[in-house]
Amino acid sequence: MIRVEHLVKQYGDVKAVSDISFTVAEAEIFAFLGPNGAGKTTTIKMLTTLLRPTAGRVEVDGLDVTAHPDEVRRRFGIVFQDSSTDDELSAYDNMDLHGRLYRMPRGPRAKRIEFLLNLFELWDRRRDSVKQFSGGMKRRLEIARSFLHTPKILFLDEPTLGLDPQTRNLLWSHVQKLNDMERITVFLTTHYMEEAERVAHRIGIIDHGRIVAQGTVSELKARTGTDSLERAFLALTGTTIREEAPAPQLGRIRRWRRRQ
Amino acid sequence: MNTVYVLWLRQMKRISRSRFRLAASLSQPLLFLVAFGLGFGQIFQRAGQGSYIQFFAPGLIVMPIMFLGLFSGADMMWDRRFGFLKMTLVAPVSRLALLMGRTAGGATVSILGGLLLALATAIVGFRPAGLAASALGLAFMLLTACLFTAWGMALASAMEDFQAYQLFINYMAMPMFYLSGAFFPLNFVPKPLRILALFNPFAYAVDGMRASLGGAAAHFSITTDLGVLAGLSALFILLGARLFARIQV
Repeated sequence: MIRVEHLVKQYGDVKAVSDISFTVAEAEIFAFLGPNGAGKTTTIKMLTTLLRPTAGRVEVDGLDVTAHPDEVRRRFGIVFQDSSTDDELSAYDNMDLHGRLYRMPRGPRAKRIEFLLNLFELWDRRRDSVKQFSGGMKRRLEIARSFLHTPKILFLDEPTLGLDPQTRNLLWSHVQKLNDMERITVFLTTHYMEEAERVAHRIGIIDHGRIVAQGTVSELKARTGTDSLERAFLALTGTTIREEAPAPQLGRIRRWRRRQ
Repeated sequence: MNTVYVLWLRQMKRISRSRFRLAASLSQPLLFLVAFGLGFGQIFQRAGQGSYIQFFAPGLIVMPIMFLGLFSGADMMWDRRFGFLKMTLVAPVSRLALLMGRTAGGATVSILGGLLLALATAIVGFRPAGLAASALGLAFMLLTACLFTAWGMALASAMEDFQAYQLFINYMAMPMFYLSGAFFPLNFVPKPLRILALFNPFAYAVDGMRASLGGAAAHFSITTDLGVLAGLSALFILLGARLFARIQV
């Protein structure tokens, strides 16, 4: 479903992502793990047509991302690291506008919105404006929205950051359920290793812009001789704290360099 | 077309939920209407220039159109900061359509502001010259809305700093308004001011409105006003499209 070959993203002399390759199979839940600044978000941006790769190739559902961006965009849903709802509007209107943007016909759109808002326990609050929502409710709305146009692939960039265990548990149960029911491929990033261990069929670990390991949880544990994904992760990526500049700052460096 | 409509629809839903903002943007022209229109009008009339309300109202009607139009870029910067823009950029729609939808939405809101102000000027006694005059006035409102909304969008696409954008708009819009001839006839002002008005897009909007609604004879001419506003609108739409296409999030 996703095929990445020798993907590179370079800002000036800095390689945010350097020559990574991996594949994600259909209906698979793939967890993309790595320390802060390792290149996870940059990779997701390239997979979702938001950033042009410097080199390499990305295929989504057999389509080249750079050559057919609109075809690819129809096929995936995404939950960004930071919120992307319109807080001035109601929960229902947020869903409805999204459905219209993806050209869903009125009938199926209304039905699917009702199904998803019920599933994520937001139906009773559908008329309230999103600015009255708690962080957990906003997240639930965004995840519900990402499923709306029945995507084949779902990208989740740290969807559970800052949420309580109840909400996290609910979110993953529903993501697993929809993955199972609608055979949606899921590509996720998270810093909560126990979540990845619980939901992911396969794991890829990125560090300093390179893939350092990939496989099932038990393969990674066996390879590192550890008994949890967290220990395996630390064994593979080390224990030093990373302070690499995130991508937007690299953008600023690049502009500054151009001016020199 | 669907995309343009969806983005326009969103703006309509937003404005119906935050009517306060629209009302607040009308407070300044309303203050001008009362303070200058009613206060200053006596002197104008005694100087033999006829009704000041008739002269002043057309420029005042396009004032909120300029301000609301320029500030409609603020919504986009907000969306950029808080992620909604990103959501639309990963949707299977063209960037040009996204920008056009935003511009259509912003322009509609600013025309709404202009119409509300037209109502207020009618209450204090302003009367347009007739039905045909009103239709021509509406055309000027439409063009003014296009021009300044497209301008605001182009600026917002080029800038990342929200505070800087706000300051910039204020420093640009205030002199444009005060030196446009909205308050005084350009025919009688010193030459430097007249020359300055030649380079002031808003002066053409005021002039066109006033001439078409029958407030006074045109300083430029109605066709010049139409031509300048339409030409600049096209220019800013093209510029905006280029800048918007380059946005990275």
